Amino acid sequence: MSTELAQLLERVRALFEDVDFTAVREWKAEGADRKAVGHMPIYVPRELIHASGMLPVGVLGGGDRLEIIRGDAYFQSYICHIPRSTIEMALTGRLDALDGMLFPSICDVIRNLSGMWRLLFPDRYVRYVDVPQNFSPDVGGAFWRQELEQLLDDFAGLSGRAADQEALRRSIAVYNENRREIGALYEARSHEPWVYPASELYLVVRAGNVLPPEEHTELVRSYRQLAAAEDRHEQDLSRVVVVGTFCEQPPLGLLLTLERAGCSIVDDDLLLGQRWLTDDVSEVGDPIEALATAYLECSCQTASVYQPEGRRGAWLVESVRRNQAEGVIFCAPSFCDPALLEQPMLVDALAAAGIPHTQFKYAENTGQFAAIREQAGTFSDSIRLWSDA
Amino acid sequence: MSPETGAPPREIPKERSMLLQKEMIAGHYQDLASAPETGRKVVYTFVPGNLTELMRSFDVLPVLPEINALQSGMRKLSGDYISEAEKQGHSEDVCTYVKCDIGMLKQGNVGPTGQPLPEPDLLLLSYTGCFTFMKWFELLRQEYDCPVAMLHVPYQADGTIHDHHRAYVVEQLESEIIPKLEQVTGQQFDEDRLRAELELSAVAEDDLVWVLESAKNVPSPIDAYFGGVYYIGPMFTAFRGTQEGVDYYRTLRAEIEERLAAGRGPITPDGELEEERYRLVLEGPPNWTSFRDFWRMFSEEGAVVVASSYTKVGGLYDRGFRHDPSRPLETLADYCMGCYTNLGLPSRVDLIADYIREYRADGFMINSVKSCNSFSVGQLLMLRQLEERTGVPGGFIESDLVDPRYFSAANIKNRIESYLQMLEQKRGTAA
Amino acid sequence: MKIFVGVDLGSTTTKAVLLDEHGEPVGRGITNSRSNYEVASRVARQEALVTARFNLVRAALAADPELESVAEGFLPLLERTFRREQYREQLERLRVELQSAARRDRHREIHGELRDLVDRIVAEMDELAGRHYGALAVRKSDFFRDLAGADYMILAERYARPGEIEFETLSGLFDRAILPVENSVSETSVEDLVGRALDAALTTAPSGGQGETERLAVAVDEARSTRIEEVSSVGTGYGRQRLPFPKEQIRSEILCHGLGAHVMFPATRTVLDIGGQDTKAIQVDENGIVTSFQMNDRCAAGCGRYLGYIADEMNLGVHELGPLAQQATTCVKINSTCTVFAGAELRERLSLGQKREDILAGLHRAIVLRAMSLLARSGGVEEEFTFTGGVARNPAAVAALHQLVAENYGERTVNISPDSIYTGALGAALFALSAERKAA
Repeated sequence: MSTELAQLLERVRALFEDVDFTAVREWKAEGADRKAVGHMPIYVPRELIHASGMLPVGVLGGGDRLEIIRGDAYFQSYICHIPRSTIEMALTGRLDALDGMLFPSICDVIRNLSGMWRLLFPDRYVRYVDVPQNFSPDVGGAFWRQELEQLLDDFAGLSGRAADQEALRRSIAVYNENRREIGALYEARSHEPWVYPASELYLVVRAGNVLPPEEHTELVRSYRQLAAAEDRHEQDLSRVVVVGTFCEQPPLGLLLTLERAGCSIVDDDLLLGQRWLTDDVSEVGDPIEALATAYLECSCQTASVYQPEGRRGAWLVESVRRNQAEGVIFCAPSFCDPALLEQPMLVDALAAAGIPHTQFKYAENTGQFAAIREQAGTFSDSIRLWSDA
Repeated sequence: MSPETGAPPREIPKERSMLLQKEMIAGHYQDLASAPETGRKVVYTFVPGNLTELMRSFDVLPVLPEINALQSGMRKLSGDYISEAEKQGHSEDVCTYVKCDIGMLKQGNVGPTGQPLPEPDLLLLSYTGCFTFMKWFELLRQEYDCPVAMLHVPYQADGTIHDHHRAYVVEQLESEIIPKLEQVTGQQFDEDRLRAELELSAVAEDDLVWVLESAKNVPSPIDAYFGGVYYIGPMFTAFRGTQEGVDYYRTLRAEIEERLAAGRGPITPDGELEEERYRLVLEGPPNWTSFRDFWRMFSEEGAVVVASSYTKVGGLYDRGFRHDPSRPLETLADYCMGCYTNLGLPSRVDLIADYIREYRADGFMINSVKSCNSFSVGQLLMLRQLEERTGVPGGFIESDLVDPRYFSAANIKNRIESYLQMLEQKRGTAA
Repeated sequence: MKIFVGVDLGSTTTKAVLLDEHGEPVGRGITNSRSNYEVASRVARQEALVTARFNLVRAALAADPELESVAEGFLPLLERTFRREQYREQLERLRVELQSAARRDRHREIHGELRDLVDRIVAEMDELAGRHYGALAVRKSDFFRDLAGADYMILAERYARPGEIEFETLSGLFDRAILPVENSVSETSVEDLVGRALDAALTTAPSGGQGETERLAVAVDEARSTRIEEVSSVGTGYGRQRLPFPKEQIRSEILCHGLGAHVMFPATRTVLDIGGQDTKAIQVDENGIVTSFQMNDRCAAGCGRYLGYIADEMNLGVHELGPLAQQATTCVKINSTCTVFAGAELRERLSLGQKREDILAGLHRAIVLRAMSLLARSGGVEEEFTFTGGVARNPAAVAALHQLVAENYGERTVNISPDSIYTGALGAALFALSAERKAA
């Protein structure tokens, strides 16, 4: 491995492992009035935060790098893990660098977590971001434009700096580029997955949760070039799509386990918020209008979003076909209502399309992978036998 | 919500309102069973944010899957239904109302009165206060292949209904819900008819509020949780906006007035409560599979629930909301947004703290159910906040809605008894 | 002597504590909670009465300065003699049940031999009984089921004749016979047994001379004739809906625990109890009155039973886990305390080459972390902090608790009583006493 690539990977790994958000603290330290706004997984309009001169920070739970001492006191045993580690981080001061926190409408857990935040941290800016589930421009669109305007007002108050249209358009362009670069990486990985192992790609993309987007775009680009320059040999692995990981993130060990078990991930719903929009947001005209339209027309599909027409799972089958995958691994966090309620519908869609699949659950702090390795290995072997036949 | 349908529970002395309710519900299920013959259209929808008056104005019959699920729970069928759904690939981790409903569907969709339920002509997905509703109807859509009308009700994170929230809901009613109802029924939207129904709703709502607030008397003539689920039945289900509903609440109110004047206590599974020893406020839905045993754990100790949040999942009438015929669509929007589970945690804490004070409660208890993240997430923090704010100690128990595997009677009884004895002991030292 | 009784029916053991009218503990007893709770309560109560009677003897002996040198040897002798008598009495009941089990139809063909063999085994067990209660004997358990069971199995193995009388047949007989023995109470009253033991001890006691023996007899007689009058009792316990006590005599075990801990350590404000099936975090005020509590849900993760599974998996005794964990050099991070997965997790970690003691250190920390979240839910850890229950005897759990409490709440006095198993019963007895005082 080239020194440059090794250094880059070392950096993204350090960013990933740091549950103290040091990168955000450092960024803030560079300017006296710098502010940062955190947000939970999936979609928030980061462009608005950015245009208001603040750093958007993705808070994706504490993973397996945090021992939960206080967080469990707030949650019953049948609740997923991400709110535990998130509260743990907040109560231990690890999120002090965040001047505000956004909770997108992922599910009832994250929704209620926004209320807990209000009760626990009455002095901090908190907002529940209720994205529209109606996709008509005059109805859901009108509502969303007003929500966006209100967010923008809030951010102006928080940063002391009202974003003008020009700033908004610039930020839209910045994030368009960031998404394009991540898209290109996913595309390249789909062609040559052995060049971009999931465990590397994941860390590179994830770094965008704590870095300014401009810097992250460069990082993704370098990684793609550096990895392509490596002499990595094609491996005979099964091509799989991983689904269910859109909110609570699986531990890195799980991704490594899948690869070691013979599965090559060619598409996934990890870090979905960074890739939410499937097309560019218009960089001309009214930026709020542009963001609202993009949300209505170019949102990707996931369990948290209502799907007005058609049957669930068409997008998954499409992803399998587009990426020439041989199977699907449902990999959902324990107690994740959206992912688990959706699964039987997706299974039906795959069955109808004759696509093999397997399923298991994890928690962000799962420490043992023996059973998963076994299962994924068997799955990988079976789909290869199946496709050979 | 009304657990009363088929056979009324044996032990409860039947009052006139109860018989009336039983008749109304039997009639409703009869209407549903005969819908294929009569040609009446059937709409499946949910209790929180239900648009009963609007549906009635189109002559459609509502089916409420949560009610079917809780009734299956009370009739001890839910365990089988849940297993059926889990066999079909549903996770053990998710909401058991959904699994109970899916299991019931897979086993012939026979309703609580033993008659089969008609298939829906429309799924009216009122996405109010519960994320799972959305997935639930996506699952049902796969089964029925009928149109879905989605009403996205914005969450009241900060406890205020913003103008653009109201406008959003009204827009959806106008552009999505009403056209779909028109399309399914072939009828034109009749705003006057809706107004007339909303007017009837408001009359019944006044009486319901009077009944619920009668628990402010010491001792209370009602139990506002175990009894309360019967009282809210008609209001939360198919009978808002009907004369039957108005009559029911008039009768109920007269009964409670009488009970109050005579100084009689609430009805329990074992007859009238003789001595009110503890006044409690209750947060969270009840357990349905062991509803009666659960109730007894309170009534046998002389504990009366004087106010509960569960009886507000279909509307916070006691905080002043009334359906207002002068602004029909806006009032429906406000109704949906104001349902209890659509409120942010700070509003929920405020409400319960107010109840504790207004109803002169000795304590409050949280029944945390595994199935319902909308209710449950944050309840441990609510417990702490309420204790700090009111100085009244809280109790915490855990169960489930309709999964019999999650009702550990010994554990729950132990917690309830310990809690009540703790209240007693405190009282002893204070005196 | 007037006494007040508290009985705590726990998931594994049942305890009884006796208080006199001044609130002083005068006796206590413990037995295994069998399937018949009523019997378990009665046995525990009888055991407590026995210790009360012994305490009377001790007091009578102490009252006579001349007997100082005798007392030292006499009391242990008395107790050993009593235990042996009690054991023999139970053994006889076991013999009767074994015989009746051997008469069952399924053993028709070997009937005669089986019954002879049973008698032979029991006769040898009777001889071995003396060994259990010798002056230097170390018993692994004080429960008849365990002691007799161990002897019986060794003898059954020795005398089984493959092809004729299988070991399994013999062990099956025991499993069948032990239940009625455990689930009934002896016809012989405890007082009679104590009387017999006193007589036997008096005759075998090494005598210092005629005068001393007489004085001893006088003191013993006095202790024997004191009437023990039970004024009232309170029962508590967890895990079952119906406790074998009248409703008005039942107090929640949480309240009993709080009060018991307060009596043991009067400055207690927070109590943690980790038992076999459940964990409780309790806050009490300056009078020992519970102000708030939290318990684990139906899932027994992180309770004592979890350590039991781990011990089984490692082929160790539960009491060996703590000391082994303390030899750890690093603490492996364990994220799940699910009893269901305990075995699998352990095997995987061992197969990864992690050291047993390091894994155990992690497991102990995980258990204590679960308890920490219950403590936080109940209101935190106030000064002083009392730790009770079976897990409080585990040094590794105690060490982890000390550390986590200090890290999260600052330095706290952590009280652990060697008698903490009696905390609930003590509280119950106090409730009995205070009800009487209130009534008076």
